[in-house]
Amino acid sequence: MKAQPGRLRSIADVASTKPRSLPARAGIGLKPEHFREILVTAPDIGFFEIHAENYMVDGGPFHHFLTRVRERYPLSIHGVGLSIGGEGPLDERHLDRLALLLDRYQPESFSEHLAWSSHGGAFLNDLLPVPYHAGTLALVCEHIDRVQDRLKRRMLLENPATYVEFAASTLAEPEFISEIVKRTGCGLLLDVNNVYVSCVNHHRNTHAYIRALPLDDVAQIHLAGFAQDEDADGAPLLIDSHGAPVAQAVWELYCYALDWVGPTPTLLERDNDIPAFPVLFAEAQQAERILCRLQPNRAHEACA
Amino acid sequence: MSSQSAFAEALLAEEVVCPPGLATWNGSAPGKRFAVYRNNVIVSLIDALADSFPVTQELVGEQFFRALARQFVRAAPPRSPVLALYGDGFAEFIEAFPAATGVPYLADVARMELLRVQAWHAADADALTPDEIARLLGDPAALPDARLILHPSVRLLRSPYAVVSLWAAHQSESAALALAAVDPAQAETALVLRNVLDVEISAIAEGPATFILNLQQGVAFGQAAGQALAADAGFDLAASLGLLIRGGVLAGVEFPGSTHS
Repeated sequence: MKAQPGRLRSIADVASTKPRSLPARAGIGLKPEHFREILVTAPDIGFFEIHAENYMVDGGPFHHFLTRVRERYPLSIHGVGLSIGGEGPLDERHLDRLALLLDRYQPESFSEHLAWSSHGGAFLNDLLPVPYHAGTLALVCEHIDRVQDRLKRRMLLENPATYVEFAASTLAEPEFISEIVKRTGCGLLLDVNNVYVSCVNHHRNTHAYIRALPLDDVAQIHLAGFAQDEDADGAPLLIDSHGAPVAQAVWELYCYALDWVGPTPTLLERDNDIPAFPVLFAEAQQAERILCRLQPNRAHEACA
Repeated sequence: MSSQSAFAEALLAEEVVCPPGLATWNGSAPGKRFAVYRNNVIVSLIDALADSFPVTQELVGEQFFRALARQFVRAAPPRSPVLALYGDGFAEFIEAFPAATGVPYLADVARMELLRVQAWHAADADALTPDEIARLLGDPAALPDARLILHPSVRLLRSPYAVVSLWAAHQSESAALALAAVDPAQAETALVLRNVLDVEISAIAEGPATFILNLQQGVAFGQAAGQALAADAGFDLAASLGLLIRGGVLAGVEFPGSTHS
């Protein structure tokens, strides 16, 4: 279907063709500063993604606008606070809130992180790293089983960007992730920027890392920008800042990953220093053009 | 201590410490790498407070605010991943913060900004339509016993300081100029409500404040108006109703023995 610029697609059109999964197109993170512009200009975007926790409030403008955006676009809900890698039990109240949100918005995709963010009742608001060994593997799998059981759906797990490793780790990250996918049946959200950041930070080969992942189970891709620093010995230390355009090296790695996984819904993430909507749209178009090259028969203006 | 306990403790510790058990590919000291996490945690939580308390920040300047917020984040990290509502206890923390005693109204401004955030995200409720309001007011026999339901966003703050005027001055283009005209020691009661999609804040007199508080507690219309008049001889019932109607927060009405909204 070729969307007509400037014309709102009717709700009936979307409802009658509502996909059960995200389209293999580029999506953008939905930000409150862009709510009105999106509804007025109806940009031709494959999907929008929200952070679940931002919408775990009773009512008000966030729900007002999300409801309207959701009527017009496929939606991905991405959790940042479930603390799946936490040592303690999952927060059942948080799972309840997630269940309520997913029930309300019926997103095509739900994803969370291989990380922990809460400890001892405190929420630390960062995606913190997990050692990779048999004990943590069992715990993470138990948590993912519980999530999928409670939410009655398959979740996607995102590979992390990390800055340190653990002496206690006995498994490489892709092996750890492969084992999780095998045991729980969850899908993989392949964050290509995170692959790049972690491989630079831990001196690993990005192509080998990607090839070691369970690529048949990749259901979504994330792209984002990073910031650059150095470790104590002056080696490069990249920081997953979500505050910059996607780096050229990450675009190249994205193309490499697509050669293995085929056309895959791809989100452009920007959570800090959020630019005007057209800047994000242009970045999404860049991903869209790359996706189009893999789908030569697709009728879409970005593919022309 | 579990490894995550040590990690979490080091994230929030005032002194720079590095948890045990970290490894780096090149054998570099892991402290600088761990500091990325420390920074992410502390800075993102300070940013969350700065988003929710913009006028509190403007009143004392960014540098002071961030130093204050940093201490609060360490002392009282969020208990929930729903960060939109983070900030419970921030006003009380400011009150007890020795360096902030020179700005005695700061805590109440923060208190009001928290109410603003709560109103922003409060549950939705449709306002009564003009027809429904006309029917309600057109039945003087039933009106005194009616219970008016206010929108869930409605909140009040009684302050010994001019919290609304201070806040309003910071909404104007020339905040410094507007601020110079405010006497902070003037007591004000703030009415915070969400009118469709926008939160509105206004200063109200003791009469309407008493009226609204009574309505929120489920007191019948006639009795609430009587309480308001007792508290404030100048209470103007029509004006108070107008305030609620214009604000879109008259959300329902119940009569004893039946419901109607």
